[in-house]
Amino acid sequence: MAELRRLELVSSTHEKQESVVQTIAVLGVGRVGSAVARTALAAGYDTRVAGSGAAEDIELLAEIVIPGARAMTATDAVSDADLVVVAVPLSKYRSVDASMLAGKTVVDAMNYWPPVDGQIADFEEDIASTSEVVSRYFSGSRVVKTLNHIGYHELEDDGAPSGTAGRRALAIASDDEAAAAAVQDVLDRFGFDTVYAGPLATGRAFEPGTAIFNGAFSQNDLLRELELNLHPTH
Amino acid sequence: MELGAYSFGDTQLNPDGSLRSTAEAIKNLFDAIVLADSAGLDYFAVGEHHTLEMPASSPGSMIAAAAGATKQIRLGSGVSVISTDDPVRVFQQFATADAVSGGRVEITAGRGSSVESYPLFGYNLSDYERLFEEKLELLMRVNEQEQVTWSGTTRSPLQDLTVVPRPVDGSLPLWVGTGGSAPSSVRAGRLGLPISYGIIGGAPHRFAALSDLYRRTAEQAGHAGANIKVSVAALGLVAPTKQEALERFYPGWRNMHTQLGKLRGWPAPDDNAYLAQAHAPGAYYVGDPDDVAQRIVHLHGFMGHMRHFLQMDIGGLPQEHFLESLTLLATEVKPRVERLIRIEG
Repeated sequence: MAELRRLELVSSTHEKQESVVQTIAVLGVGRVGSAVARTALAAGYDTRVAGSGAAEDIELLAEIVIPGARAMTATDAVSDADLVVVAVPLSKYRSVDASMLAGKTVVDAMNYWPPVDGQIADFEEDIASTSEVVSRYFSGSRVVKTLNHIGYHELEDDGAPSGTAGRRALAIASDDEAAAAAVQDVLDRFGFDTVYAGPLATGRAFEPGTAIFNGAFSQNDLLRELELNLHPTH
Repeated sequence: MELGAYSFGDTQLNPDGSLRSTAEAIKNLFDAIVLADSAGLDYFAVGEHHTLEMPASSPGSMIAAAAGATKQIRLGSGVSVISTDDPVRVFQQFATADAVSGGRVEITAGRGSSVESYPLFGYNLSDYERLFEEKLELLMRVNEQEQVTWSGTTRSPLQDLTVVPRPVDGSLPLWVGTGGSAPSSVRAGRLGLPISYGIIGGAPHRFAALSDLYRRTAEQAGHAGANIKVSVAALGLVAPTKQEALERFYPGWRNMHTQLGKLRGWPAPDDNAYLAQAHAPGAYYVGDPDDVAQRIVHLHGFMGHMRHFLQMDIGGLPQEHFLESLTLLATEVKPRVERLIRIEG
């Protein structure tokens, strides 16, 4: 019953071509979105960023805070992107047009954190993990939960080349294993090992308040934490 | 470069760790502001928080009291949580203190790190952004105009109503306080308001891109002059030696993070993180006068800020350590900062 596995096992069963991401669109230019976009640029990706409005609204912001990223409208940014990272405040997730993300691999980097951001009815009334609720809204997309449990400073500070001893690992949850494998490849280039936790429902193991959300783990330690959290009887 | 302090009030602890009275905390804060004034500090900002540990819930009242008991120090809020207050009333309180002080009062409007005011005053935290944008606009208007006409969705409209008293110098310096998201810097720049960065972790010089973004946005929007300026608020404590500063600040830092962690689901405080933040290039200005002065001037090279002010009294810091730190900041750090900036300049 060992559900958790490192995704190289999974990705090897898929056509490598399908999982190669070259262009990343980041929706949201706050602290998280800016840090993700800078990390993507540093990893060599063609990176587009979008706020809630016109491209010129964030042109100067992108030039100074995310140098190298192209400021676009959300629609233009995602149109030919291989991967979309949604990094808007969770309270605004419905402001992102779901139809433009149809068929896309979408990373949900958002968190529900009522003590800091207030209660949101969608997530109070539903006992599912937040990414499951989000994925029902982005119903045509291949939603992957990750990048929510690393601080925006740490994203740029903690990355290390593949093979570095004690390299930090991030958890991934998705109902779509091919999408998860594509994201795993991206996170590796960002500087992180990964552990595939399983379907989106397993994402609750790294939501706010969990040990994984609060800590930093190597791949083996993360694997152990996920096992403890998801299969406590083992 | 102006130097100063900010505080949310800091309730002292009994030897068994239990909290002493919140009234004592307010009196201690008052005494600290009066001492900071006489020692020669440039600026003191207050609250707002609404907890037993940090009881400075009413910055306007605190500043009004301090205004009548001080001679030269500038007084402000750090920050006024205008989202859950009436901007007209906030303005009146600060303008009243400004009149008493002879024109030494400022307002900083911001989200702040406190969330307790939302249920206390009947607001929804998830509505934060709309509340803040509208109320900031109204606050700007009453600050500029004696007769105010305004309408919005967060309170009843104002139709040519008089708002008094008017500030001694025509209007109060009105700052936007931010934790450092790029869109906040853009907003302040577009509005032409001065910006105050609260830097509570990470390498402070990373904020240089944000202050650059703020200045260039202001320039693009046609704002120039003395109102386009940057200040930095950070944690810190000054003691005669670095070791004493580290030891004095640590217990309160730990208490505050333990308590906030319980409320907000943060992890337990990490001693290594404390030490990393308390040394260059960390965000805690904890040290002896040379160390703190050097790190403030180092950041000045990146951000060109005109004011640097420290939150010292957290988690039950003994009052005598708070007062000594304020004195050292004024008498020892300030001349060092001025000398280093002359050399740098």
